[in-house]
Amino acid sequence: MADIQSPLPGMFYHKPSPDEAAFKAKGDDVAVGDTIGLVEVMKTFIEVKSEIAGTFEAYVAEDSAPVTAGETLAMVSD
Amino acid sequence: MALKIIKPGLSTSIQDLGRPGYFHLGIPIGGAMDRFAMRAANMLVGNPEDAAALEAVFMGPEIEFTEDVVVAVTGAEMPMSVDGEAVEGWSSFAVNAGQTLSFGFLKSGARIYIAVSGGIATDPDLGSRSTYPIGALGGIEGRPIAEGDVIPVGKAEQSPVGRSVSAALRRGPSNPAELRVLPGLYWNRLTEAAGQGFFDDTWTVAPEADRMGYRFKGGRALEFVDREQPFGAGADPSNIVDGCYSYGSIQVPGGTEPIVLHRDAVSGGGYFTLGAIISADMDLIGQLQPNTPVKFLKVDMDQALAARAERHAGLQKIREELA
Repeated sequence: MADIQSPLPGMFYHKPSPDEAAFKAKGDDVAVGDTIGLVEVMKTFIEVKSEIAGTFEAYVAEDSAPVTAGETLAMVSD
Repeated sequence: MALKIIKPGLSTSIQDLGRPGYFHLGIPIGGAMDRFAMRAANMLVGNPEDAAALEAVFMGPEIEFTEDVVVAVTGAEMPMSVDGEAVEGWSSFAVNAGQTLSFGFLKSGARIYIAVSGGIATDPDLGSRSTYPIGALGGIEGRPIAEGDVIPVGKAEQSPVGRSVSAALRRGPSNPAELRVLPGLYWNRLTEAAGQGFFDDTWTVAPEADRMGYRFKGGRALEFVDREQPFGAGADPSNIVDGCYSYGSIQVPGGTEPIVLHRDAVSGGGYFTLGAIISADMDLIGQLQPNTPVKFLKVDMDQALAARAERHAGLQKIREELA
């Protein structure tokens, strides 16, 4: 099991836009470089990418919630 | 002598102490958001305090050095290492040619300042190397640094290693952050209750906070004294006939979310400004992360000038400590 951490502080979003599905759901394959969410800061949306490959377990941070740098956003199992 | 940018970070820009003298033409002073931290970084590596350095917000860059240099990083707390070996902030350390400086996750504060002995030696525009992207001035082609950039560095005269600014002399915001405000020309536009509410409420930094302005949310909406809007002011009570803005001035479009204009501010417009953050506290804003709680404190001119003198004295102590 590995954590995906936020690279920076801001607002975390599970979905690419409000009326689309979340980037990942439990059981989805995760490849290195896959986007798992967005962090909004300074009028910019930064894609959070996985640095590991595995299976998506769950989002840890809520959708549309404030996050800090280094905070765990999601979990991926090997 | 040069820095090679392996990864730029989120938005890393070349900044010095800015280009004063052009605000009447709409060109802001720019320069480091946290001038205190930038001055300290330059002092640590033996540069003049107004030498150009890198300002990185929320995320550090990854930099390879092509020559032996002395480096100091001040401002926000962010773990860092040279070729994997941890080095301390607010201290000067040697980096050898071929080595790479990289950063971990931001712990507190918002912006780091990376000074290199000799200073960054890009071409100045209007007397400054500060990057002002909207005006395409300074920096590299007027933009923040990008992957693959090679940034020239000047020749160092003296480059002391192993010097530190003692913890008591460093300055950063408290939590909640306290920002002192001098009420301004348009204060009388607010009802007494609204004026009191502005200082009573706890605000938080909104995600839309950048070098142009810091936005705050979470406090009560402001109520305005009724008046017939003057010709040219627009219908909203937060509008005025266009006027000049100062650095630090606080506008509240629609009466809902205050915006503090910062180093890359616009110089004028049609919003009333309830006052201004005092100059002594502008650096602190540069170290605020989104979602940080903030209280605004009312001060008068005497208190503002005393705070400015205190800030100058704090810098002088660092100069003496490092002399």
